Amino acid sequence: MTERPLPLTLRPLDAIGRWAIAVVEALGRFGTFLGQALGTILTPPFKFWAFVDRIHYIGYRSLLIILLTGGFTGMVLGLQVYFTLVRFGSEAYLGPAVALSLIRELGPVLAALMVTGRAGSALTAEIGIMRITEQIDALTVMALSPIRYLVAPSILAGLVTFPLMTALFDAVGIFGGYLVGVELLGLSQGTYFGEMQSFVDLSDIMTGFWKSLSFGVIVTWVCTYKGFTVGHGAEGVAKATTDAVVLSSVLILVWDYFMGTVLP
Amino acid sequence: MIKVERLVKAFGRQQVLRGLDLDVATGSITVVIGRSGGGKSVLLRHLIGLLRPDAGRVLVDGADVTRLHGRALDEVRRRYGVVFQGGALFDSMTCAGNVAFPLREKLRLRAAEVATRVEAALTQVGLEGMGSKYPAEVSGGMRKRVAIARALVTEPEIVFFDEPTTGLDPILVNTIHHLILELHRKLRFTAVMVSHEIPEIFEIADTVAMLHEGRIAEVGPPAVIQASPNPVVRQFIRGEPERAEGA
Ligand SMILES: Nc1ncnc2c1ncn2[C@@H]1O[C@H](COP(=O)(O)OP(=O)(O)OP(=O)(O)O)[C@@H](O)[C@H]1O
Ligand SMILES: [Mg+2]
Repeated sequence: MTERPLPLTLRPLDAIGRWAIAVVEALGRFGTFLGQALGTILTPPFKFWAFVDRIHYIGYRSLLIILLTGGFTGMVLGLQVYFTLVRFGSEAYLGPAVALSLIRELGPVLAALMVTGRAGSALTAEIGIMRITEQIDALTVMALSPIRYLVAPSILAGLVTFPLMTALFDAVGIFGGYLVGVELLGLSQGTYFGEMQSFVDLSDIMTGFWKSLSFGVIVTWVCTYKGFTVGHGAEGVAKATTDAVVLSSVLILVWDYFMGTVLP
Repeated sequence: MIKVERLVKAFGRQQVLRGLDLDVATGSITVVIGRSGGGKSVLLRHLIGLLRPDAGRVLVDGADVTRLHGRALDEVRRRYGVVFQGGALFDSMTCAGNVAFPLREKLRLRAAEVATRVEAALTQVGLEGMGSKYPAEVSGGMRKRVAIARALVTEPEIVFFDEPTTGLDPILVNTIHHLILELHRKLRFTAVMVSHEIPEIFEIADTVAMLHEGRIAEVGPPAVIQASPNPVVRQFIRGEPERAEGA
């Protein structure tokens, strides 16, 4: 089978075709990976202790950063929104404005970005190192599924911890807004919390919940996948870690916009 | 019985295996020798189903592992024990945890039995009392021994060793070789071992196969290999330096 070399004019077309096939192939592998993970989640044996360990790894270790960023986000919001509302003489609505921004939008997104930076990158690096030091191969040749031991518990833990981290972020953020609005700028406490109660619906909270749940899957999926498909050596791990954080962050924002248009 | 038939593997333009044939008799210890970078680890990775060849077959008691997937492949792998070249210990677990892992997860033994077998296995490789250390806290030679203990503790039928003794001191090399021989006498596993320990491996091998340029250049009992007139084999086992290209 001897192929004649392509005419010069067709070469760019050939290159585009190759590139497109490579992209589709990569997307296919990426999707199959999640499919396999969901498959092992739904079939026994369930690795309970690995799951608990991952909750510790993703959730507990991100606690401090969530408290810190949540608090300051709420304080910044309190300050900025207050000065905007004052112009319209409607600073009484500071409470609901802060709460709604946090619960619907900023809480899920910023919490997910923070957990990605703190735990997602570590997850990719850990799994990447297991790959290049043949620990994943060792599991495979023991006839044990590395996806069951390493990926499924992480994704499940993402489902549990992301909504919790988001709730924490929201709560601390609302408290931060309170500090600025009430303690600093002299709004009354009753106005801040009272108006909040009358304006925030369950549907707002559910919007934030569904977002955080899907971010939990996206981040753990991307980060474990990037670790699993790491290249060679330390450089490969470094690249996979960066890729995982960048891709997770982009997907969080894109998916957030998509959810925003679909959910009430 | 493991039969490797006309195995071909290339990475990009680099031809690593070029139609390699090898037979490993059940219950024997077959040692593969050859130049560093010659493809010995690549060959092993085909035998354990971690790499798929471009052409050729690997028959393990009649089943072609290069074409098996999922459950069927796991069925074959359940009979395997593998010592990776770098040890491949789980660094999130202690040494004892590593040895216990296949007993607990693969054989699903009860905790009490796991504990006694782990203790025995660590003692066998001369690491009693070191079980609570993490792989990062022990020396390279100790890691190798933990890896050997982990591979053999499940009493597998077929064991693959990728340079189990490289980097150990001469006393340990002999200790490990004797350990492998002793366990082999007891468990009668089939062993495929990659090793650079010349001449020590001639004492424990039933068969020695010399890998050269992607094929088995010569195979036979140690005595035959040692007396081989083949210049490639002679140069290798005497460790003669390379001649300049084209000389
Ligand atoms: N996954 C891979 N991708 C690309 N090339 C590879 C891969 N694995 C091995 N190779 C190449 O195949 C050749 C054989 O490698 P292999 O690890 O089998 O050597 P070896 O005989 O085990 O050497 P050593 O005795 O040093 O361990 C090397 O040149 C290596 O670069
Ligand atoms: Mg090797």
